[in-house]
Amino acid sequence: MKKEILSGNEAIARGAYEAGVRVASAYPGTPSTEILENIVRYPGIDASWAPNEKVALEVGIGASFGGARALVTMKHVGVNVAADPLFTLSYTGVRGGLVLVSADDPELHSSQNEQDNRHYARAAKLPVFEPADSQEALEMTRLAFEVSEQFDTPVMLRTTTRISHSKSVVTPGEPPGDVAEGSLEKNPPKFVMLPGNARKRHPLVEKRLKDLEEWGSSQPVNRVEKGEGRIGIITAGIAYNYARETFPEADILKLGMVYPLPKQLIRDFASRFDTLYVIEELDPFIEEQVRAMGIDVVGKERLSVCGELTPGRVREALIGPPEKPACQPDEDIPNRPPNMCPGCPHRGSFLALNRLKAYVTGDIGCYTLGFMPPLSAMDTCICMGASIGNAAGLVRVLPEEEKKKVVAVIGDSTFLHTGVNGLLEMVYNGNRGTVIILDNRITAMTGRQDHPGSGYNLRGDDTSQVNLEQLCRSLGIENVRVIDPYDLAATQRTIAEEMERDAVSVIIARRPCMLMKRNKVELKPPLFVDADKCVGCKSCLKLGCPAIQWDAGAGERGQARIDRLLCVGCQVCEQMCKFEAFGVTND
Amino acid sequence: MTDAVTNIYMVGVGGQGTLLASEILSEVLMLQGYDVKKAEVHGMAQRGGSVVSHVRFGKKVYSPIIPEGEGDILFAFELLEAYRCLPLLKPSAKIVVNNLKIMPPGVNLGQETYPEDVPDKIRRTFPDTLVVEGIPKALEAGSDRAVNTVMLGALSRQMNIPVAIWEQAIRHMVPERYVDLNLRAFALGRAD
Repeated sequence: MKKEILSGNEAIARGAYEAGVRVASAYPGTPSTEILENIVRYPGIDASWAPNEKVALEVGIGASFGGARALVTMKHVGVNVAADPLFTLSYTGVRGGLVLVSADDPELHSSQNEQDNRHYARAAKLPVFEPADSQEALEMTRLAFEVSEQFDTPVMLRTTTRISHSKSVVTPGEPPGDVAEGSLEKNPPKFVMLPGNARKRHPLVEKRLKDLEEWGSSQPVNRVEKGEGRIGIITAGIAYNYARETFPEADILKLGMVYPLPKQLIRDFASRFDTLYVIEELDPFIEEQVRAMGIDVVGKERLSVCGELTPGRVREALIGPPEKPACQPDEDIPNRPPNMCPGCPHRGSFLALNRLKAYVTGDIGCYTLGFMPPLSAMDTCICMGASIGNAAGLVRVLPEEEKKKVVAVIGDSTFLHTGVNGLLEMVYNGNRGTVIILDNRITAMTGRQDHPGSGYNLRGDDTSQVNLEQLCRSLGIENVRVIDPYDLAATQRTIAEEMERDAVSVIIARRPCMLMKRNKVELKPPLFVDADKCVGCKSCLKLGCPAIQWDAGAGERGQARIDRLLCVGCQVCEQMCKFEAFGVTND
Repeated sequence: MTDAVTNIYMVGVGGQGTLLASEILSEVLMLQGYDVKKAEVHGMAQRGGSVVSHVRFGKKVYSPIIPEGEGDILFAFELLEAYRCLPLLKPSAKIVVNNLKIMPPGVNLGQETYPEDVPDKIRRTFPDTLVVEGIPKALEAGSDRAVNTVMLGALSRQMNIPVAIWEQAIRHMVPERYVDLNLRAFALGRAD
């Protein structure tokens, strides 16, 4: 096959295709999203976005029980959502192979924590593979399906951002032959996890781990690379590359399966070295198990548990401080944190919340950027769907006057993911509360994926579309109002009215994401600021629009300017200006 | 081919659409017979924030991340982001930077100032710096959207790879109706 440059995610999709996967299910989450976006291009695979990760895994389990191979992918925190089926799936085992990809995010490039999901494999007692580049991502995906069926176990394939989103040269394998239809097989002792059945499965799970441990000591997926014999390193995943570059002369035990550990192989390797390093990202997962075997290693007392590793960080921790940089600017360089896009519909909602001095329980999505100044209108952010439950809890402990300040904000995709449950709680238990669904018609942050409310599926085909108004009403909420967040006055007025209401109310702030791929939002001509009219009041700057710039040297006390390359012509800033200084250009 | 790995930092502002440029660059390097690795981040980091991609090539590349301080080439789509990246470069590094300022939020709010004379400050330590009039050249090619291909053209002057390979990669990676535009943009960027 011809060489290609593939990301880790593209390689996993390719590997799953070569393995004959029939069903792929996921909820989008950085850095895992592109696996499904790529797998959908291969023939013969039913690939789809599930409403959340738990459902995705349940779909995968169903397909596996029907005898087909299934791939389920999610970001690290998605596994928290899917943990319930995962732990019991470990007991039932599989029929068709099932591989769960957990894409972890050390350094929190786009996440709310940096949990190390290798712990899940240990807690749920299933094997976990960790590729070090895209070629391995492809090969380990194939291997994971074989191991899943051979050992009757779900298998975790764990990547990290630098594997998922790094591209490297890959030689793909052959496409799959004929993939058989699924079939029904009744096997209650295996598939019905009542206590009586599950009790009998547990010893099989323990035996499976022992078998896998033994298997791992003789497999090429765990390999020793010979060096000069002075320094030994045990490593896995992306960290292998940093170890290889930092210590080109070292002997390396490169683990492809990091749980259960191939203990015999580790013992044999470790016995040859006085200096033994364990180089791994995040928690001392391998290190603690190796220490528990009575082997002394150097690891996390030198390498940080926090953040991702880099070649420089490994070098500094184990060899010494870096040389002075060639150039170190001697002035403050303004930071450039992420920001909502020009024309982002969320901006109007957060401006209103800021002005109303609301206490905003937030959620996960682009709109979490409502936290950033100058909008500064987010006070909590925990996990997908948490905003509404958090608001319900807050309201229970606050004095009457404070209760009305609490507003939950949640995106459309996040609401359908796990927000509906929170809203059920709020209305069922009679709380008051104001919930704003920021409905931009898409799962925006991860790169605009469809969801059950968007009207399209992963293939881009038309499908059913959740009616959010009717859904909310059917839960028992009488006050459901729809607003256009581009209309700043109406947005603020509506939110203010609902905050006063002594009941649960839902405001749907509806306008499509500016970056929509399908039904593209038409860009309008950029605006300009009339220098004769702008008095430099800075009112428009309160929007935090990247296209509006402050020119301190203009006019008597500075003036606003518009960057024509960035402005999308949404005309929201016009509404901020009392002096009618904003105009629409003719081009 | 020597064993040495060459390290290119690509920096810009999320939303500038630098992905295509980095895809073309990696394709070029693979066509030239190198082992290539490229690292970038997606998701929240792309929403208008500083974006750093790493492209490394050579006989064999392990880490997709460039060891800090070992950047050979800085390929920058915005001036401030180039300035920010300087501590990561070798003293001998070559720099190709678009003469474009995008104001960060703190500057837009009037709370911080955008550093002045960034090109001069860069040249003081890195004399081999090419400041490219990316947008005027892209407009000359036919659309400001081709600015990143203009930048690739400028970068190609700093790399010893035949023009034909760059053109082959552009033909391969760019949607057909934009190929001519991008070839023009590349040529304008490559011209002195």
